[in-house]
Amino acid sequence: MDFDFTEEQRLLKESVDRFIADRYEFEQRKSFAKNESGFAPENWKQFADLGLLAIPFAEEHGGFGGGPIETMIVMEAFGRGLVLEPYFSTVVLGGGLLRHAGSDAHKSELIAKIASGDLRLAFAHGERQSRYDLADVETRAKKSGANYVLEGEKSLVLNGDSADMLIVSARVAGDARDRKGIGLFLVDSNAKGVSRRFYPTQDGLRAAEISLSGVEVPAGRVLTEDGLPIIERVADEAIAALAAEAVGAMTEMHALTVDYLKTRKQFGVAIGAFQALQHRAVDMFVALEQARSMAMFATMMSAEDDAETRSRAISAAKVQIGRSAKIVGQGAIQLHGGVGMTMELKVGHYFKRATMIDVMFGDADYHLARLAEAGSLVA
Amino acid sequence: MDLRFTDEELKFRDDVRAFFKDNLPPAIREKMKEGRHTSKDDLVQWTRILNKKGWAVSHWPKDYGGTGWTPVQQYIFLDELQQAPAPSPLPFGVSMVGPVIYTFGSDAQKKQFLPRIANLDDWWCQGFSEPGAGSDLASLKTTAKRDGDHYVINGQKTWTTLAQHADWIFLLARTDMAAKKQEGISFILVNMKTPGITVRPIVTIDGGAEVNEVFFDDVRVPLENRVGEENKGWDYAKFLLGNERVGIARVGVSKERLRRIRELASATTDHGRPLIELPRFREKLAAVEVELKALEMTQLRVVAAEAKRAKGKPDPASSILKIKGSEIQQVTTELLMEVVGPYALPYRQEHEEEKGWNEPPIGPDWASTIAPTYFNTRKVSIYGGSNEIQKNIIAKAILGL
Repeated sequence: MDFDFTEEQRLLKESVDRFIADRYEFEQRKSFAKNESGFAPENWKQFADLGLLAIPFAEEHGGFGGGPIETMIVMEAFGRGLVLEPYFSTVVLGGGLLRHAGSDAHKSELIAKIASGDLRLAFAHGERQSRYDLADVETRAKKSGANYVLEGEKSLVLNGDSADMLIVSARVAGDARDRKGIGLFLVDSNAKGVSRRFYPTQDGLRAAEISLSGVEVPAGRVLTEDGLPIIERVADEAIAALAAEAVGAMTEMHALTVDYLKTRKQFGVAIGAFQALQHRAVDMFVALEQARSMAMFATMMSAEDDAETRSRAISAAKVQIGRSAKIVGQGAIQLHGGVGMTMELKVGHYFKRATMIDVMFGDADYHLARLAEAGSLVA
Repeated sequence: MDLRFTDEELKFRDDVRAFFKDNLPPAIREKMKEGRHTSKDDLVQWTRILNKKGWAVSHWPKDYGGTGWTPVQQYIFLDELQQAPAPSPLPFGVSMVGPVIYTFGSDAQKKQFLPRIANLDDWWCQGFSEPGAGSDLASLKTTAKRDGDHYVINGQKTWTTLAQHADWIFLLARTDMAAKKQEGISFILVNMKTPGITVRPIVTIDGGAEVNEVFFDDVRVPLENRVGEENKGWDYAKFLLGNERVGIARVGVSKERLRRIRELASATTDHGRPLIELPRFREKLAAVEVELKALEMTQLRVVAAEAKRAKGKPDPASSILKIKGSEIQQVTTELLMEVVGPYALPYRQEHEEEKGWNEPPIGPDWASTIAPTYFNTRKVSIYGGSNEIQKNIIAKAILGL
């Protein structure tokens, strides 16, 4: 058992940390957010140059051959920087689906483009009624000769605005919520029959509502016709990545708060001298370290092949992350007092991101119920 | 980063587990499982079994009888011991005074005491707290005044765990009355048979008699029973209190307790269904399991860091082990209360524990220890520096507030 990074991982961490320090000051971030896409294309180019976009893909397909630990390193740093670029959508979600469901031909064609920064993906999966149920897909894929034709509405498609290509889930068979019969399809964002409505999210990212009307998908663009196990696997990997991002955000929130307690003066002293505030800062610290531990656990377990063992562990991590994010985030705002409420200060933006992470891929309560149903974590 | 145990570590775990399975006396295992008090004889018997195997003071340096295990192995050993569930060797000897003696003591003290600690030939107790010195330990008033080649000790210690069995007590006493709070204190070893010592039991809310008051009335102790330098006792006490980090979270104890909760909740019905099937109950249990898994990972981070770190400098994360570990232990006892329900009520008198008592139990035969365990476990967030004191320490030492 060891918690150390390899030399390569250390170098990766150094380079991502340097990027965040040099390129992601809060003021710089504000200027990135003003772009129409909500992020800076030049940063995306730099991700490509740094090799970040190639991380989880096999070397034979032009990837870096990295795994969950490399993803954790990147996402933790991105959490600290509140990174706006659609790395999670393209590399973690889209890349994950492609890795697990794509044919060799798909991989050969697409991974090189992702790695070079020329292809961004979004996962069009959620629907108005589906909430956190990954099997709740009503969008239909009907056979029409050799092609499929997609009909339906996709909701809350993260980065669906800036993606060049969508990975769309749709039923080739069965009813809503059946585990069987969910296909995954590659669809160009501006293909005929795709219409998209863009909007910002609470945490400064972007999403889209996407409607699919008579969208033709040739056979070569079908990733799989039985996609749920893959979707579940990628969701687990995504949760591990979000856990690392949340830990990055919480780390910064806590550090900002402790700094503030040392500098803000009231009653003639730094407010950090008051025990009530000290104890709350310690509660935040405890919650943060517990979250950090569980983000590591999630990282380790996201590579587990046994789906039940994996999903139990991932659920446990998501519960911890959600609960810790509340303690750390609410505490950070409270201890900052009035200025914590302002858009001008960075701390509130971390709070918003951490809060949105909880409602993605199942919140703490959802995963607690899932874990309770699944049985014990204690072997 | 690979958080799994290596093959060698797994092999080690299996060996330790097998040893406990084969060598822990069943009667002791039963008592531990049911949350009943183990006797002095139980602990002596078990410690000697461990000592024969060379495991009674596993974490000590090899020269003094330790095993030379890695921090990971130490962790596995403790985790398995707690899950067996087996009693831990008496902490006042093996984790507290033992390390102080081998680190700061004289050769004569090492020779006299260390082997007897390992074999539990001497039962040690801890004389730190006083009626006026709890969280503010340095305000202690017990005095040790020189008189020729002796100290004469006067004062009162309290919360002295298992002093009723003790052969020796290590205590903090003021040797320089003029010095500032922390500076005039010495660390002294006192034979409990010395004239002038009185032990009086304190009955705790669970009805147990674990703790005592110990009175010192002109107790004469040879100067050579002082450990280290005169007036440096506070440093040794800090060393002692900072020494027990790995065991403090008691992750293994909580794991074992959660298993028992599952077992008992499966055998208990609510509206005709096993309690364990109630979603509300299952979710509570799952929530504790999440906290415990997080704590276990935090503990492993500390253990891994310890393997690489210079001695005596704990990982910052170690400070949260006491807080979280105690909270989780307490919440497991709350869950047990929920399982036992109304049969928490009957109070079993001490004489009913005695041999030959053959009245049938009231309610399930496991019920009578549940409420006392819940009451008793409130102590874990109070002793060893209350959780509020731990938060003060974290605020100062880690957050720099």
